[in-house]
Amino acid sequence: MNPDEFILSMLVNNEAGVLTRVSGLFARRAFNIDSLSVGVTSDPHISRITITARGDDYVKTQIVRQLEKLHDVKIVELMPTTSTVMRELVLIKLNIAQKSRAGLMEAVAVFRAKVVDLNNDSVTLEITGERSKCDAFVEYLRPFGIAELCRTGLTAISRGRKTLKMDAESAQHN
Amino acid sequence: MKIKGAEMVIRILIEEGVDSVFGYPGGTVLNIYDELYKHSDRIHHYTTCHEQGASHAADAYARVTGKVGVVIATSGPGATNLVTGIANAYLDSSPVVAITGNVACAAIGKDSFQEVDITGVTMPITKHNYIVKDASRLADVLREAFTIARSGRPGPVLVDIPKDIQQADCDYEPKKVTPVTRTCTNGKEAFAEAMKLISECQRPYIYTGGGTVCSNASKELIELAEKIDSPIGSSMMGLSAVSHDNPRFLGMTGMHGKFAASQVMAKADLLIAIGTRFSDRATGNKIEFIKGKKVIHIDIDPSEIGKNIPVFVSLIGDVKAVLKKLVSELPAGNRKDWHKEVESIKNCPDNRLEMPSDTVNPETVIHAVNRHAPKDTVVCTDVGQHQMWTAQYYHFAKPRSFITSGGLGTMGFGMGATMGACIGCGKKKTVLFTSDGSFHMNMNEMATAVSNQLPLVIVLLNNNTLGMVRQWQTLFFDKRYSNTSLERRTDYVKLAEAFGAKGIRVTKLDQLDKAVKDAFAAVGPVLIEAVIDQDEKVLPMIPPGGTIKDIIVKA
Repeated sequence: MNPDEFILSMLVNNEAGVLTRVSGLFARRAFNIDSLSVGVTSDPHISRITITARGDDYVKTQIVRQLEKLHDVKIVELMPTTSTVMRELVLIKLNIAQKSRAGLMEAVAVFRAKVVDLNNDSVTLEITGERSKCDAFVEYLRPFGIAELCRTGLTAISRGRKTLKMDAESAQHN
Repeated sequence: MKIKGAEMVIRILIEEGVDSVFGYPGGTVLNIYDELYKHSDRIHHYTTCHEQGASHAADAYARVTGKVGVVIATSGPGATNLVTGIANAYLDSSPVVAITGNVACAAIGKDSFQEVDITGVTMPITKHNYIVKDASRLADVLREAFTIARSGRPGPVLVDIPKDIQQADCDYEPKKVTPVTRTCTNGKEAFAEAMKLISECQRPYIYTGGGTVCSNASKELIELAEKIDSPIGSSMMGLSAVSHDNPRFLGMTGMHGKFAASQVMAKADLLIAIGTRFSDRATGNKIEFIKGKKVIHIDIDPSEIGKNIPVFVSLIGDVKAVLKKLVSELPAGNRKDWHKEVESIKNCPDNRLEMPSDTVNPETVIHAVNRHAPKDTVVCTDVGQHQMWTAQYYHFAKPRSFITSGGLGTMGFGMGATMGACIGCGKKKTVLFTSDGSFHMNMNEMATAVSNQLPLVIVLLNNNTLGMVRQWQTLFFDKRYSNTSLERRTDYVKLAEAFGAKGIRVTKLDQLDKAVKDAFAAVGPVLIEAVIDQDEKVLPMIPPGGTIKDIIVKA
């Protein structure tokens, strides 16, 4: 990760429009979102959003404090990069014929990627990992001609017993 | 008990202690208006000429009373007409609940007649907003809207209610209103640090803002100033918290602030900023603004700490609660040298900019109102030069007596706001200072003031130009007066009379006192047009991004 890059995890109400509230706040306060992933948690009323963004300490503090003011945001935390597991999933489609695939399967093995779809004139690969690994894999594949690429954006969870938990009051509120 | 959604709206309003609402009926709020008709003994609805007027009225009503202001509008254009008023309330942290109707749930998303996504439109200018698509949620949502609007840093909340939800059966269970607890949440360290800074400083300066007014903390503020022997300056939003004749009070700081208020602030070594957000109009050059001083920032909103100005210590919490604690724990201080220096700055000529006393000009007009208005009179303004002159020359004596559009700077705020303020203060005489530019924006509300026989004293400073813009064109654009000379031929006396109000024109000084006296004696709204010079300027002026060294004191 870049030194000015940071990861925010937040628990939000799983309701229509909440993602707009969060992303709209970034836009109107002139903060950039590098990647965003969202999905429901073990509690169906609560979703978890992971955002990576860039900025100095001022930007970090402002983003957290402004997000905390949103009624639908229950908790926001800056994830320390040293004690956080970070993963991203990438799907890559290469439209190449069987005979030109030499070296490709070797890379799949080395990067511990997976072939998820295969036919005569195309291969679709999946790779999961930290961003640098995904980036390296994508760079390696570029000369083969990438037809299509989708990245999920980073998601993150802390190491050890620590969890992202709402305080009792906001949990009750929900 | 089963009731309809529309009745639920009224029941919750009554639960919340609402007795006055502002609004404008229309297709998708017919059911709510039908219930307002049935409950007219409990809730008085004021129909304005335009939803914008209603939104400003609700905002000003909230600021005068400290209660939540309520505005109702129909879907589509009714809702979008509220937008400026909601943004105004948001920027000035005023507790407002806006209730809009919308097309039935099944018609949403089909570009139906008078359909607009008002929750989408108002997302950036509300504390929170809702569209209620499940009738069983309606009661909770409405209660929550009131709680959010008045808790923490107050602000507007919008509740959009589709027509079929208003017609649906809902279960009503009466509930007690959740009281807002106002606390300070700081640890001992922050307090200890703040006390240390205060005890060690030589030249403290208390800089108060709208948060002090909103938190009803005038008494505690003055106690703090007494205890630590500090002068007080104020942002525009903070005016009225300290009486104009308090010897510690230096007046408004910032772009058009009093010379002494800005100069003393520049010389201070400790700035105690209370319930203020360091707007660019208040600080000018932010780096120079804090040079040579430490800053303690007291505010209820943690996101304000360090947002515009880096601070040494922050105390998060309700201003009143924080000040109470500070006052009780701080040792009394005595700062004679500082006191002397402050007095000498107060007495210097640059702090006594006066306009001629023998012409009709902003100062003589405002002083005439000072002479005739009872001490507790609520004074509202529109936006522009007249607003600054009011902030500079009016003698505010009671908290919550100055209602103005601070953050958004909304021309056209005045008429709606003055009606809301007047209703909020029990229909006592209420003053509006306005100008030809601002007044033309929403003068339609004269009709509302007349229908309701509201005792408004409207003082219109007519310079036949957009004076503030002209002032900038004079100072910074080589006198190229692009589109600011109005050349209007409005006859304000006839206009007032056409609306059914009284109009008085003042062109000579000897007409002034009588005009103001008559206006205060009259029943219903009176408009005084005072004709002033086109090139009258608001002074002093610190140019945008400037410092006290750049202050302009002479035209």
